[in-house]
Amino acid sequence: MDLVRDGLTVVLLCGGTAFLLLAAVGVVRMPDVLLRISAISKASTLGVGCVLLATALASDDVGVRARAVATVVFVFLTTPVASHMLGRAAYRRGAPLWRGMVVDEWRGACDGPTRGTTGGEPPTARGPEGDG
Amino acid sequence: MLQTLVYVGVLPCLTVAMVLAFVRLVRGPDLPDRVAALDLLGALGIAALSAYTLATGYSAYLDVGVVVGLIGFLGTVAFARYIERGV
Repeated sequence: MDLVRDGLTVVLLCGGTAFLLLAAVGVVRMPDVLLRISAISKASTLGVGCVLLATALASDDVGVRARAVATVVFVFLTTPVASHMLGRAAYRRGAPLWRGMVVDEWRGACDGPTRGTTGGEPPTARGPEGDG
Repeated sequence: MLQTLVYVGVLPCLTVAMVLAFVRLVRGPDLPDRVAALDLLGALGIAALSAYTLATGYSAYLDVGVVVGLIGFLGTVAFARYIERGV
């Protein structure tokens, strides 16, 4: 039973750390503020949740377990709210959007400053043109 | 075993992630990018404190993690409101 617990703890720790590292890579590599917020909100929520659950699993103290689980619940409740508010604020501020953006349902809905584009070439969805 | 994993594997990876988040914090072309990087730094801090609690057994670090999460959420929401209002 101890072996199962330790194994689960190791898996949760490594997975959570990998998710957090991916979130940090995403926040550096993504071309657009909305994509950056998207990357860090999901990946960092999952990473923090996994690391805190590993701590709760490895500890024998009821207080530590309760605090870790409460922090997981708090993070899962608050991170989407904060990310949504930040994304909406960035959009209405007129942040430049990625050139390859396909759907923009708010286009024209908010009279912000004129918006530019950023990033490299968008990926071609159907391959090179002029094939037939 | 778990201590070695935390000291050799988890905390160095989190340090690398913090450095990457600081890169975005310094380079971020606009204010929302910097706020997003700060949000990620708060999450990385919670994870590092939790891993340190796991390695050492001092449960006080976990309390610090709870407070960091609270302050980080409030800070991000306040920044978002001020950005949206156009300050």
